[in-house]
Amino acid sequence: MIELHHLTKRYGDKLAVDDLSFRIPEGVVTGFLGPNGAGKSTTMRMILDLDHPTSGEVTIGGKHYAGIRDPLRRIGALLEAKAVHPGRTAYDHLLWLAQSNRVPRARVDEVLDMVGLTAVARKRARGFSLGMGQRLGIASALLADPQTLMFDEPVNGLDPEGILWIRNLMKRLAAEGRTVFVSSHLMSEMALTADHLVVIGRGRLLADLSMAEFIKRNSRSSVRLRTPHQEQLLDALHGAGLTAEAGPDGSWEVVDGDPALLGDLAAAHGVTLHELSPQQASLEEAFMQMTAESVEYHMGAGAPEPPPVWGAGWNDREPGKES
Amino acid sequence: MAAFPAVAQSEWTKIRSVRSTVWSLASVFLITVALGLAIGLVARNNSSDFTEDGGPFDATAISLIGVGFGRLAIVVFGVLAVGNEYSSGMIRVSLAAVPQRGTLLAAKVAVLGALALAASLVTVFVTFFVGQAALGGGLSTSLGAENVLRAVFGTALYLTLLCLLSAGVTVMVRHQILALAILVPFILLVSPLLSLVPVVKNWIKYFPDQTGGAITQVFPTDDLPYGPWTGLLICAAWTAAALVGGYLVLRRRDA
Ligand SMILES: Nc1ncnc2c1ncn2[C@@H]1O[C@H](COP(=O)(O)OP(=O)(O)O)[C@@H](O)[C@H]1O
Ligand SMILES: [Mg+2]
Repeated sequence: MIELHHLTKRYGDKLAVDDLSFRIPEGVVTGFLGPNGAGKSTTMRMILDLDHPTSGEVTIGGKHYAGIRDPLRRIGALLEAKAVHPGRTAYDHLLWLAQSNRVPRARVDEVLDMVGLTAVARKRARGFSLGMGQRLGIASALLADPQTLMFDEPVNGLDPEGILWIRNLMKRLAAEGRTVFVSSHLMSEMALTADHLVVIGRGRLLADLSMAEFIKRNSRSSVRLRTPHQEQLLDALHGAGLTAEAGPDGSWEVVDGDPALLGDLAAAHGVTLHELSPQQASLEEAFMQMTAESVEYHMGAGAPEPPPVWGAGWNDREPGKES
Repeated sequence: MAAFPAVAQSEWTKIRSVRSTVWSLASVFLITVALGLAIGLVARNNSSDFTEDGGPFDATAISLIGVGFGRLAIVVFGVLAVGNEYSSGMIRVSLAAVPQRGTLLAAKVAVLGALALAASLVTVFVTFFVGQAALGGGLSTSLGAENVLRAVFGTALYLTLLCLLSAGVTVMVRHQILALAILVPFILLVSPLLSLVPVVKNWIKYFPDQTGGAITQVFPTDDLPYGPWTGLLICAAWTAAALVGGYLVLRRRDA
């Protein structure tokens, strides 16, 4: 069981991870969700003892990562694509990894086969496409047959075929009873694969709940009404004990409304309707709303922060560090 | 804790599976032997040009003249063998596999040191014999002559220390180009030039390349304040300092 206790990481005056506490449930896929720059990669690096927490700690079965003997047998991780020496072959890359954790050499061929890289096993990594690099990274993670797998934005930059492959792989791993912890900045991606969700924004925990619970809470439905007779419509709704919120372009929205009932109501009051349409808020919208609130929360009572200029902050991190 | 032999085996795989490291080590041998042969053949017929005024003809130094360039190759080897982890971002994969920093660095140093020593020993002895053969009977010396075996063997130790020193500096600066940009000019330019400047020249004598170089001399020069073995020890102390510095950086800094 991986547990984070008040994990905090500061880079200079940038607070990347802010008092984060949660545990990763075992045997399911947990989506680790947050907008770019939320602190997902930093958190994952701290789980692996690559970056040192400013305060707080991560324990894995009660121990620190650095205290684990042959850690690849416990946790396999894909942090960034192509963290491979370009002049080394896929086979040799997996071989040194296997040797370091006393994994039998035969396993190298096995994982190469699992990720479909057998044909290019003796080719140097410099010629690999992003997708092949990603597959090699996944082969490294699977190499020592660990119970827990951690993937940082594994579908980034992949073509649809690659995305589908990764999605199926994660489902298969969870079906085998493994723990999968996978980050993404896209809700839509997580909705397809995750059983559990941990959402962070600006380094802080925003939500830690099951996917089912998230859907139940956030898939808000409403009915949109549009009419030339606004006054009469609002009176009719009021009379029926319903409240309407102003929607886009002069429309009105009734949360959790029933379209049939609203149509009857309008007819009974002789209100002409130009639109009567059920609306379903997407999970993506729910996620964006959740993280947008975190922005406001941090800004205090004032106005929401203006959206960042494109490309702003491109150099506010150390060279060689991927955000 | 990670098992040292397993990690050492994995470090050996890393080194042998990349062409640049293999070639930099091979070039230590090729450069040194080729220059020893060439200079030996030239000196054979022009021995007076190779003798300092009034000094003895140093057949050992002439055959090992290529070491001046061979040591650059071994510096490059030391830098590449550890530095390529930083250029490719692989260091994070390495540390995730072996999070015990001390074990990882010790295994690297052990494998690198063993390879550098083996390659250096082969290089200096082959170069010595090739060089003596090129010089011919009248000029050549033998391992049995005074100080010659020490100088030849010591040259291999000196090269090995330089390799490990370079590795230590690379782990400290975490960047292979930066490490080369520090080490190569230092050995080629800074140290030789500064040793001509009167004020600092007594300090420069304690630099790693100068102290380690003492053991390669068959005919001692009086201007060194230490003997050949003491010089080598000072050089070893520099190397140890660089490796300890590298260890501290590896332990403290985020990967
Ligand atoms: N090594 C670093 N030095 C300085 N700032 C960093 C470093 N790594 C990450 N950051 C900053 O910390 C924040 C969180 O980054 P990151 O963990 O990469 O977010 P995510 O993976 O969720 O996109 C970002 O603002 C990023 O710029
Ligand atoms: Mg990231």
